[in-house]
Amino acid sequence: MLDRRRILNWLLGGSAFAWAGSVLHPVIRFLMPPPEQEAAVSAVKATTLTEMTPNSGKIFKFGRKPALIVRRSDGTFTAFMAKCTHLDCIVQYREDKERIWCACHDGFYDLNGTNVSGPPPRPLDALEVHMQGDDVYVTRKS
Amino acid sequence: MSTSPENPDRAILAWAKDRYPIAKFAEWAEHKTVPVGPNAFWYYFGGITLFLFLIQVGTGIMLMFYYKGSADTAFASVRFISAKVPFGWLIRSVHAWSANLMIFFAFIHMFSVFFMRAYRKPRELTWLSGIVMLALLLGFGFSGYLLPWNELAFFATKVGTDIIGVIPLIGEPLMYVLRGGEEVTGSTLPRFFALHVALFPALLTIFIVAHLFFIQLQGIHEPDEWQEQPEKRKTMPFFPHFFMRELLLWLVVLNILAVLAVFFPAELGVEADPFSPAPAGIKPEWYFLATFEFLKYMPAHVGPIEGEQFGLLLISIGFVAWCLVPWIDRGRNRTVTTIVMAAGVTILVFLSIMTYLGHSV
Repeated sequence: MLDRRRILNWLLGGSAFAWAGSVLHPVIRFLMPPPEQEAAVSAVKATTLTEMTPNSGKIFKFGRKPALIVRRSDGTFTAFMAKCTHLDCIVQYREDKERIWCACHDGFYDLNGTNVSGPPPRPLDALEVHMQGDDVYVTRKS
Repeated sequence: MSTSPENPDRAILAWAKDRYPIAKFAEWAEHKTVPVGPNAFWYYFGGITLFLFLIQVGTGIMLMFYYKGSADTAFASVRFISAKVPFGWLIRSVHAWSANLMIFFAFIHMFSVFFMRAYRKPRELTWLSGIVMLALLLGFGFSGYLLPWNELAFFATKVGTDIIGVIPLIGEPLMYVLRGGEEVTGSTLPRFFALHVALFPALLTIFIVAHLFFIQLQGIHEPDEWQEQPEKRKTMPFFPHFFMRELLLWLVVLNILAVLAVFFPAELGVEADPFSPAPAGIKPEWYFLATFEFLKYMPAHVGPIEGEQFGLLLISIGFVAWCLVPWIDRGRNRTVTTIVMAAGVTILVFLSIMTYLGHSV
């Protein structure tokens, strides 16, 4: 049976809990930065045909994030987000191995973005490449 | 007592005695002792760690006079400190070396306490507060590493915070708070700066006070065999015998620090660029190398979970067990003690090998 003391204790405890919550909530919310508006990137001009020789790679800005475009030895292009799926490092193109390499933990991806050796658990996020005359445009995968 | 102006020392003492219980303190200090024996050498390392922390506070405040904690200015301001400010290179190098030595001596202190089994009842909270302090020191190291905003630190921070993000449930929000967003950017730097110069020093000070308070209340742990053979018990007074020896060691450490800072000054490297690929050979500071190397050996997947997560899970289990050592080994069962000590040796050997591999590969 609920006596008066117990009800009072519940009320007091509940208010204390609510009070602590009302103090902590703004503090925690303050520490979480508001999400920045992702610049609506539809297409980015990553490079030009003349700029990149076959068997080379280049980091470019895709919105606010780094992306990697690779010109294969056969002259075709392929592009990925440059963030390693292992621990976030920025990957680079290794001309000597014709593979994409993450220097942080020696992870390799092939030119389809598939993780082929080292610790990366997943393939790189792929982007789409479109040619427009001499310009090479990159868009998100549709 | 005379309060005549010819005797100013005594006058000050008399003034203080009139207001504070100095006599009680003097009596307490007179009776404070430290065990003497083959293990006595290890009792000095906690004090050395404290000394290095005091150096960190001093040099840290000095660096703050010139350091500018934003992504646009941080690297340039550290370069200014190193290149233009008179003795700036020295102060910065002492700060960097002292940080490394402090963590090194904290590890020595912890393992010596472990192998002397000084964590046992009634010193469980001293042990736990020590572990919290070691964690804080590692936090200091991690947050301070980013402040010069150079390439190595930038990628080490990316990797380090990403590892935090792997922790189930709290990892993602914690990583978001630490980074000040999804990625390590200019928003990360002021957060790390605030942790490094405000939150961590405040917390560490509280824990140092608690740690020392526990030691004052309970005295320094004496070797187990003294309980069975009290005739072997031998101590020395803390004041001045132990205290003077400790001060002498502080002087030796200060000299080592000066030699290291002068002959191996802290490097600055290349300014961080969030749009350049990670350089080859990025490594965290040596005290994170063992973890870094261990995670490297994890396969991409272990059963249903990612390798990193599995590695972190193993490390977390080890850490919790390490915290619970005073409750696991209560000194009642010889077999348990032997197993715990053997585990301690294994951990020490494992950490040393992993650190060596991480350093040399």
